[in-house]
Formats: sequence, structure tokens, C-alpha cells
Amino acid sequence: MKTHNRPLSPHLQIYKPQLTSVMSICHRATGVALVAGALLLVWWVIAAAVGPEVFDKVQKFLTSWLGILILFIFTCTLMYHLCNGIRHLFWDAGYGFRLEDVYKSGWITLSIAVLLTSITWIFVIILRTTVI
Amino acid sequence: MEYIKGGKHHWLMQRITAIVLVPFILWFVISVVSLTKMDYASARDWIGSTSVAITLISLIILSFYHAQLGLQVIVEDYVHTKSARLAILVLMKCALIFVVISAIFAVLKIALGR
Ligand code: HEM
Repeated sequence: MKTHNRPLSPHLQIYKPQLTSVMSICHRATGVALVAGALLLVWWVIAAAVGPEVFDKVQKFLTSWLGILILFIFTCTLMYHLCNGIRHLFWDAGYGFRLEDVYKSGWITLSIAVLLTSITWIFVIILRTTVI
Repeated sequence: MEYIKGGKHHWLMQRITAIVLVPFILWFVISVVSLTKMDYASARDWIGSTSVAITLISLIILSFYHAQLGLQVIVEDYVHTKSARLAILVLMKCALIFVVISAIFAVLKIALGR
């Protein structure tokens, strides 16, 4: 593995934030946030198993403004982690290590994550407002 | 990166779960968005149908397995005291296993209790 020409010990106070370093830390942050999202899913499923009163309470929370905000952030984190995870897998397979490629794939990842999040929520809005 | 013993297996499982998670996550997002009615009865109908129950249980196991592998790396990166690290890792694993078992039980309860 080549180790020259790369920044060592990125002390966050010293280094200027760059797309590359910010995206890298975001993968970790979204990973942790997704654990909370997964727990939310488990909570919802357990509520459905427990009974109608508990389920309705959970459902009421999830459809409140706070709940919708949380679900929206969950979608953003999920799409980011999904796309950037695939970017990681390309690196693991040995592709995209040139610095310009790292930047290019970074922007592509961000764009696709924004696109997927938007598509998801456009569908949510269309389906929720037309069917009910 | 200190898990020299078994580090290869850990690394590989993190990638394999990541690859397998992709279709599951896409399925999950598309399904949940398409669930237009989300009252108690329809939620149970959805969770309890055989194909959804099986897919959902697989998704839950895969996600938490992948998450456990990832969280372990994070703990190993930031917690340097050996005993504290071991304690956190063991507790975390136990907690996640408990969550997964509860989730599987809940899905099965809905699927089999109809
Ligand atoms: C959609 C499918 C997913 C893909 C393609 C994916 C991909 C990846 C990859 C490749 C890594 C390793 C990154 C590295 O080596 O630094 C990773 C780490 C991680 N993932 Fe995922 N992931 C997915 C879903 C999830 C889900 C659903 C969760 C939570 C339940 C999750 C939680 C984590 C955590 C906590 C880490 C560790 C982050 C770190 O070490 O910095 N991932 N993911």
C-alpha cells in the first residue's frame, strides 16, 4: 500500500475540511445514526405485535412533525450511507483511487443520495395526499 | 485496526453484509413508501404475510450484524483501555442480540398468530 502523498493524522482543529474527509466522517456518523433508525423499525414492529393501543401511539408519534422530521433524516442518512457504502465497495475492489476520481465519485455519491431521498419523499407526498 | 486475529473475517463479513443489504434496503424503502394505509390492521397484514415476514427478518438480522461489525470498529478506534473496550464490546453485542431476538419474535408472533 502506498502511504506517501496522503495527509496523516487529520486533526480536525488543524485541517481545513475537505469533501473527502467530511464524507469519510459522515459515513461513520450515518452508520451510527442508522443503528437508531434500525431500532426505530424494531420498535414499530414490536408495537404492531403488542396491540392496537401501543401501535397507535407509535404511529401517532411517527406521523407528528417531529416523527416526520426523524423519518426524513433517516431517509437522508440511509441513502447517503447506501451510496457511499457502494463507493467504499468500489475502493475495496481497487477502483477509483486517483485523487480526481475520489472527488468525482464523491460528488456523484452526494448527487445520487439527494436524488434518491427526493424521489422517496416525492412518492411519500403523492401517495399520502392522493390515497387518503 | 487492531483486530489482527480474525480481522480478515471481520472485514470480509462487513463487505458481504453491505453488498447483500443493498437489495434488502431498496425493497424496504419501496415497500414502506407504497404502504398507503398504515393503520394497525394493515400494518399487521403487511408484516404478517409470509414473504414479507421472511424478508423483514432477514433484513433485521443483516442490518444488525452489519451494524455490530461497524460499531465494533468504531469502539476499537476510540476506546484504548483494554478492559473498558472488552466490556463495551460484550455489552453492545448482548444488547444487539437481545434487540434482534425481540424483533424476530415480534414478526413471528404477528405472522403465526393470524
Ligand atoms: C444499504 C446498505 C448498506 C451498505 C452498502 C453499507 C456499506 C457499508 C460499508 C462498505 C461500510 C464499511 C466502511 C469502512 O470500511 O469504513 C459500512 C460501515 C458501517 N455501516 Fe453500513 N452499509 C449499509 C447499511 C447499513 C445499515 C442499515 C446500518 C445500521 C443498522 C449500517 C451501519 C454501519 C456502521 C455502524 C458502520 C461502521 C462505520 C465505520 O466504521 O466508520 N450500515 N457500511
